[in-house]
Amino acid sequence: MIGLQHYLTLSAMLFVLSIAGIVINRRNLILLLMCIELMLLAVNFNFIAFSRYLGDDTGQVFVFFILTVAAAEAAIGLAILVVLFRNRRSINVQELNTMKG
Amino acid sequence: MLFHAVLFYLFSFVLIGAACGVIFSKNPVHSIMFLVLAFFQSAMLWLLVEAEFLAIVLVLVYVGAVMVLFLFVVMMLDINVEAVQRGMTRFAPVAIGVALLMAFELVQLIWLRSRAGAPPGGFEAYPEGYSNTKALGSVLYTEHVYAFEIAAVVLLLAIVAAITLTMRKRPGLKVQNIAAQVAVRAKDRLRVVKMDAEKKR
Repeated sequence: MIGLQHYLTLSAMLFVLSIAGIVINRRNLILLLMCIELMLLAVNFNFIAFSRYLGDDTGQVFVFFILTVAAAEAAIGLAILVVLFRNRRSINVQELNTMKG
Repeated sequence: MLFHAVLFYLFSFVLIGAACGVIFSKNPVHSIMFLVLAFFQSAMLWLLVEAEFLAIVLVLVYVGAVMVLFLFVVMMLDINVEAVQRGMTRFAPVAIGVALLMAFELVQLIWLRSRAGAPPGGFEAYPEGYSNTKALGSVLYTEHVYAFEIAAVVLLLAIVAAITLTMRKRPGLKVQNIAAQVAVRAKDRLRVVKMDAEKKR
């Protein structure tokens, strides 16, 4: 029977994959943003699984707020990305060393 | 129940495959397409556990808005794919090693309880006529109404921040100044000159 453990395992695999993606694609800023979205999706899986397991709807409300904040984060992140590309002509993370003391 | 399990495994495998596609594809546009697939599969899996409202919100908000925004930005930026992807494989073995270790530990942790004799945590089905949307709404607008309003403010902040960040004044651009055009008076444009009449010679 498909239950809590299955969903938690799936969420853990998704989370681990997105961590690997952040390390592998650490040059491309837009792929880093996409990996963060995947990571938030894995967290949402955990919330929904526990919400159904415990029979408490608050977990699903929390997923709703995470979706809101993630959408805001994506919008601002992409805006920063556009400004960055306009000024530097590149989104390579390795070249962003202006703040280095 | 068996059909349920088959669907779960099908959607899970496609989801993991799509996540791998996001990470390993060379082209950012392909990555976004795989991400859209991953979000669709997640919505299906959420439907399987009867979280219908969030599944629909995921498709509408994420696939409909956020992913289109990503796609728009990727196509607008016109990134040199070769230059970005160079040197990608240097840290790949370390990343995969760390990921496998973390996955192993997490799975051990998750399945520890069921191995100790506890029953596998199944989800009990909702009663007949249960509405997930109604239940969520009744909690959202009563207990969590302040959080809901703060979420609205966060979205407003995101709109304002995104517009202020990306707005720019380009020099040399020919634009109308509507306010100056509306506020113009006849005496700004027309000069009445008084002079003596000319005599005919």
